[in-house]
Amino acid sequence: MSIMTYLEMGGYAAYVWPAYGISLLGIGGMVFWTLHGFRQVSRKLALLEEEMKEDES
Amino acid sequence: MNIFELANPKRFMRFSAALLPWFWAIAILCLGAGLFIGLFRVPPDYQQGQTVKIMFIHVPAAWVGMMAYASMAVASLFGLVNRHPLADAAAKAAAPLGAVFTALALITGSLWGKPMWGAYWVWDARLTSFLILFFLYLGYMALWTAIEDETRAARACAILALVGAVNLPIIKYSVDWWNTLHQGESIFVKGGPLIAPVFLWPLFLMAFGYTFLFLALWMVRIRTEILARRARTLQLRMGTA
Amino acid sequence: MSGFRALLYRDLRLATRAGGGAALALAFFAAVAVLVPLGIGADLKLLGRIAGGVLWVAAILAALLSLDRLFQADYEDGSLDQIALAPMTLETSAAAKIVAHWLTTGLPLTILSPLLALLFDLPVAGYVPLLVSLAIGTPAVSAIGAIGAGLTISIRRGGLILPLLVLPLLSPVVIFGAGVVSAALSGLDNGAIWLLSAFSLAAVCLAPFAAAAAVRLNLAG
Repeated sequence: MSIMTYLEMGGYAAYVWPAYGISLLGIGGMVFWTLHGFRQVSRKLALLEEEMKEDES
Repeated sequence: MNIFELANPKRFMRFSAALLPWFWAIAILCLGAGLFIGLFRVPPDYQQGQTVKIMFIHVPAAWVGMMAYASMAVASLFGLVNRHPLADAAAKAAAPLGAVFTALALITGSLWGKPMWGAYWVWDARLTSFLILFFLYLGYMALWTAIEDETRAARACAILALVGAVNLPIIKYSVDWWNTLHQGESIFVKGGPLIAPVFLWPLFLMAFGYTFLFLALWMVRIRTEILARRARTLQLRMGTA
Repeated sequence: MSGFRALLYRDLRLATRAGGGAALALAFFAAVAVLVPLGIGADLKLLGRIAGGVLWVAAILAALLSLDRLFQADYEDGSLDQIALAPMTLETSAAAKIVAHWLTTGLPLTILSPLLALLFDLPVAGYVPLLVSLAIGTPAVSAIGAIGAGLTISIRRGGLILPLLVLPLLSPVVIFGAGVVSAALSGLDNGAIWLLSAFSLAAVCLAPFAAAAAVRLNLAG
């Protein structure tokens, strides 16, 4: 079986690959957006805590 | 260990930090193995042909879409009864994830439906109840963003989530009932296509992978919410000082 | 019980005075029903077949239109605080408001529906089922709508978000309500009337508690 016949998916390529593509996009986007949000908030919190310490000293 | 001990945000942060790497690892391993077997090792189905490959990403997405609503409803119940901010954060964090998984289930389902049914959308009972579930998620998230006061928003959303959870089985039943009443030309309506045993392995692996992916993302989002809350209180304290 | 009746009469008076919303909901119902044939075409056979479903959807939209004022108007002018302080539970007050809402929207809509069904050339066998299904089902619309109204009182533009919260929850009412009419037209007994009655009864019994909880959280603090 060559790569081309595999990619054709028995004539259903137009349905199988978009389904995988959209799922990858959706899940990838969700992972990125979740991790990015966490990193942003933890950076902001670290800054605030530093400022707090400076104020106290 | 008592589950309520986890309600302490500090303890939750420690506990989740220890668990998270495992969740990510299980998710990546299962998804990798499931995709490998599903894409390269199974034959085409005798009825669905190669479109059976869509099932490996459609069914797990649908399953997680429902599980996320159940998680949200349970967290909402704890939030309302125990009035604990961690439960509120958990409910809030689950909703966008559930909405995305439900949307993925709808899109992959209609991509499967086009070659099988001849149309992207045929008002199949399961697709229709998932569409309604998607709208429930949208309403829930809209209510969160619309109410400014945080505890008030959490309570209102918890009530909405619980009303939705009580109503969901009825919606599911009514849509099934409606579908048999208006049963048209679709062939696979009753029970859906049977899955041959060869396909069960990749399907289980993918479902497991999706589940742990959801759990990992959910945990990260709860952690984010806890840190954001701490940041807000710090900001307030500095503002008043 | 006298508190219940007093609140009921008060809400009825407020809704039926000029600009109170009861007449508006009726006019909206009629306008939607007239717009549908303009969009679909004047094929009376087709219109007769879809009349039950169209009138049900129009009735729900019309009932939703007046829902956002159910608690919000009282919340804004402070009378909701008075109602909460009254010597009856908030659940009873919520029930009184639901009954008042149904009497000023669901009931008139039901009575008007045969006239609009005439415009759709609904077959004769469909009139009584349409009337009965609307009479049984619209209380559920008021009841579930009241939960949404309670949740959105503190939101300034709550009227926009309310339909998104309530419409998915109302899908069983549309399905069973329109099912009653289509059952009569096809001559089959599909049991829709019992399913609709059960759903409506459960909604009317449970909704006052959820609506009262929603109002309470918005009044606290």
